[in-house]
Amino acid sequence: MNDLGLAFATAFALIAGIDSKLIEIVALSLKVSLTAVAISALIGLPLGALLAVARFRGRQALIVLLNALMGLPPVVVGLLVYLLLSRAGPLGSLGILFTPAAMIVAQSILITPIIAALSRQSIEDAWHEYEEQLRSLGAGRLRASLTLLWDTRFSLMTILLAGFGRAAAEVGAVMIVGGNIDGVTRVMTTAIALETSKGDLPLALGLGIVLVVLVVMLNAAASLIREAALRRYG
Amino acid sequence: MLPLALRQVSYAVGGRTIIDRVSFEIDAGPRTIILGPNGAGKSVLMRLCHGLLRPSAGEIAWRGGNGARPGRQSMVFQRPIMLRRSALGNVVYGLRLAGFSARESELRARDVLEAVGLERQSEHPARTLSGGEQQRLALARAWAPGPEVLFLDEPTANLDPGSTRDIESIIGAIHATGTKIIMTTHNLGQARRLGDDVLFLSEGRLVERAPGETFFRQPATPEAAAFIRDEMP
Repeated sequence: MNDLGLAFATAFALIAGIDSKLIEIVALSLKVSLTAVAISALIGLPLGALLAVARFRGRQALIVLLNALMGLPPVVVGLLVYLLLSRAGPLGSLGILFTPAAMIVAQSILITPIIAALSRQSIEDAWHEYEEQLRSLGAGRLRASLTLLWDTRFSLMTILLAGFGRAAAEVGAVMIVGGNIDGVTRVMTTAIALETSKGDLPLALGLGIVLVVLVVMLNAAASLIREAALRRYG
Repeated sequence: MLPLALRQVSYAVGGRTIIDRVSFEIDAGPRTIILGPNGAGKSVLMRLCHGLLRPSAGEIAWRGGNGARPGRQSMVFQRPIMLRRSALGNVVYGLRLAGFSARESELRARDVLEAVGLERQSEHPARTLSGGEQQRLALARAWAPGPEVLFLDEPTANLDPGSTRDIESIIGAIHATGTKIIMTTHNLGQARRLGDDVLFLSEGRLVERAPGETFFRQPATPEAAAFIRDEMP
């Protein structure tokens, strides 16, 4: 059997045998990225709704900025968070560099603009449709934003998943601020990078397969829920 | 809050005048129909009255309103916008915004859904209802808070004759409870059935105003006469 075939075989054995090391890494990845998505949702969704409904000076500039920030390179975010959290940095006293907390901070910074910018678009489209009706019913802009957040909930779910996909798949930021410490801050992507460079292809491949399957399954589940919900609610 | 008075109201957008120096007064009582061909500015005029648009010139005043927009008015749009929640939830939403308590909103909402014949659909998602049902639901939502004035913008334009009859009879019931009906239509038959007081609009101007009976029998202006002649089956 060639190297690739061997690597695949070993990878499947690791997954099938529920290798404890693999589980540990997958679990940490999920914990970090899901927490980052939750934090980004708490900031990004209200921000998106506000930008969709409110009219103020500098709104357009803010939207352009957010859209640009969607493309932030993860390594640059990693570097900035590293500088902030390093011992000599302004937030060094927190002592969270090279911990999962630092990784959560970095991923949150990375995906908050994505969630805010995409939800702004979604909610603004809905606002164009609903504006007259909501104003006629007497809804102020704050109330209207809350109503729109709830009424676009199925689209917003897809946006949160896009954020999760981006967080779970990035390497640069978590590598820099987490340090890829075995058993502490090693997640799927950093482990894949490390094992590949060490030549331990089966573990790298096994993790790679888990990562891809996870993202595909999540998206499939989301689109099923979305379709069912749209059939149910119209 | 009535009468509603418009004084020399104009509305222009992008250099195009849509409403041109319109003045009238609408008092409580008879059903007022704003009639006119497509593009006459009926919908815009209604949005100005309801406060969704601001006039470019002129003045819109409610009695005792001090220039403010009184709350006890509702509007039903040509295409109803339903929220992604149940039929009941949509009516409750409007009632909560009008300041009713959660308990009272639910009771009132159930009553009004029954009045428009949607009690069996009250738990159905509003967006899955048929076009006619959605428009009845829109009427229920607008009516539930007990408005003093109800604006209706071509409420039956997209509906079949059966649904149109349902809507017209609900409008009659709402009128009977003392709510002032102000409605636009380009449908002459509907205007005849519902028009106690007719305002005829053409190219953004108020061309003629008369009691329904007089207007249809003996229009005073050539524009109105031509409209009635052309629209006759």
